[in-house]
Amino acid sequence: MAYVAVKGGERAIDAAHAWLAEERRGDPDVPEITIAQIGEQLGRAVDRVMAEASCYDPALASLAIKQAQGDLIEAAFLLRAYRTTLPRFAAARPIDTDAMQISRRISAIYKDLPGGQVLGPTYDYTHRLLDFRLADGAPPADDSPPASALQDMPKNGAEEGAAAGRMKPVSAILAHEGLIEEDDVADAPPGDLTREPLAFPAGRDLRLQALARGDEGFLLSLGYSTQRGWGGTHPFVGEIRVGEVAIEIDPPELGFPIEIGDIIVTECQMVNQFKGSKAAPPQFTRGYGLCFGHGERKAMAMALVDRAMRAEELGEEVIAPAQTIEFVLSHCDNIEATGFVEHLKLPHYVDFQSELETIRRLRREAEAFASQDRREAAE
Amino acid sequence: MSFYNFAYLDEQTKRMVRRALLKAVAVPGHQVPFGSREMPLPYGWGTGGIQVTASILGRNDVLKVIDQGADDTTNAVSIRRFFARTAGVATTTRTAEASVIQTRHRIPETALREGQIVVYQVPLPEPLSRLEPSRAAASEMHALGDYGLMHVKLYEDIARLGHVSISYDYPVMVNRRYLMAPSPIPAFDNPKLNRSPALHLFGAGREKRIYAVPPYTEVRSLDFEDHPFRLTRAPQSCALCGARTSYLDEIVTDDMGGRMFICSDTDYCAERREKDAAE
Repeated sequence: MAYVAVKGGERAIDAAHAWLAEERRGDPDVPEITIAQIGEQLGRAVDRVMAEASCYDPALASLAIKQAQGDLIEAAFLLRAYRTTLPRFAAARPIDTDAMQISRRISAIYKDLPGGQVLGPTYDYTHRLLDFRLADGAPPADDSPPASALQDMPKNGAEEGAAAGRMKPVSAILAHEGLIEEDDVADAPPGDLTREPLAFPAGRDLRLQALARGDEGFLLSLGYSTQRGWGGTHPFVGEIRVGEVAIEIDPPELGFPIEIGDIIVTECQMVNQFKGSKAAPPQFTRGYGLCFGHGERKAMAMALVDRAMRAEELGEEVIAPAQTIEFVLSHCDNIEATGFVEHLKLPHYVDFQSELETIRRLRREAEAFASQDRREAAE
Repeated sequence: MSFYNFAYLDEQTKRMVRRALLKAVAVPGHQVPFGSREMPLPYGWGTGGIQVTASILGRNDVLKVIDQGADDTTNAVSIRRFFARTAGVATTTRTAEASVIQTRHRIPETALREGQIVVYQVPLPEPLSRLEPSRAAASEMHALGDYGLMHVKLYEDIARLGHVSISYDYPVMVNRRYLMAPSPIPAFDNPKLNRSPALHLFGAGREKRIYAVPPYTEVRSLDFEDHPFRLTRAPQSCALCGARTSYLDEIVTDDMGGRMFICSDTDYCAERREKDAAE
């Protein structure tokens, strides 16, 4: 009976899992991929999983990618489900990105600036030609730069910036002239939407948290929509920086902060136009993006959407999806989204049965009316 | 499973969920926000129900899990295994033997009794969501008891189709105060909630809401005096046990229009057949 296929199955689940494991491993003649290989050679995937899982642990993210066969949303989900069980023993101090060990730092609004432009490892100016030599693990293509090119570059940030130890953000230059709004500094501890449910209107702390762990693709499209007129903000990339920052905590028994490790983050400061209002003179406004790992696309999209969601606060008309806080925050989480979309695979035959009965009843009555109409017309 | 706490969730989280549950029981039908956690099962698979069950489960509980009324559907099997593994509690398929019943889309046919708890998996806790997509606006309507929008929707259905077109997740008024989504149970099951001796707890994980219907609470399916609420079920009787009053699944048996109707509640159906065989 067909119904056995749908209902039932302890055995079916076990068999499905066994099949999945076999498929995951693939051809046993091909060597099994290691966690270290994923961590070292698929770094951007690892970074994305850590960002969307809100959990900075390259080794576990690599494991999740292996377990999920490279399905990055599934991997982020695995990592989140692990993260949720972890005890919280301290809250870190805010990271200080001025003190970042920079591997890349660019500004699109000043040709040169204190700290310099540091191109760093970027795909921006690569030609997207498949490098068939990579396929064999072969030496680099003829036109690729000699290894000595790297040695000519100052490692870990521009020397002047590194020498100073701190590199002020580009927005500080504008702030010096009073041309950009002040950074709003909140005294209250930031909220945490993984502990307390989101309520609307949501403050910027929670909005930024939601965006930082939000789906890169969704935020990219929303950010893109603001550039195409759906909630435009006239953005400029004030600065993007990628590098290592220290994580510090304040153990209460010590009375001073201690460093517990370093993480790599990508930060983006957008500088946006603002015509001014009754209360504020014309000035530039800010959109902010920050994510774990090297994720420029994500950080930029986040900064665009962050600024778009400030429309109401800045007295702009809220007309576009990217400006609608509740819309963005309710739909940017890909773990929630994939769950609810994919749950349509689960059986719904009880509900569908009631729909069947309803539609049959409605059709019976419609037919009865129609035949009554025909009789009346005939008479 | 020694790396995980009893029933998976840590005790602080369980306490947080139980506080939300207490509030929900105190204000029947009112949606209480709670700090829903990521669970090792996906959103949409019952994360809300699982968190509620995990928070109320004790070592002596007997757990039953059903999906579409059946104990042997894949998702029910998976959730039952999850608790058997993480909590080590006894499980059963018998409605009468269970102290906690987690369900998706059905209320068992066998009458519930005092002391039993039914935990519902809820996809969309907001009954107004299809009429008012903003949760902020909807909660204001709840605060004001302003359910005109829903009445207009029912009225328009009747004016246009002669009937209310909602066949599952049919909205109910709880304790004459809050409009509540009973979760996607068929409207057929709605009357089982009214003055039920059992405690009914609803968990929506992705939407981070918990609500409850305490024992013996009035639960009325929304209707009009001249268009009273009507039950819908397939008019057939069960091909396996002959039941005439249970909710039936329609089984397509061939591609020539062949159909067979059987109880959606597998435990109810099996018990009736056992009784018949004994006689």
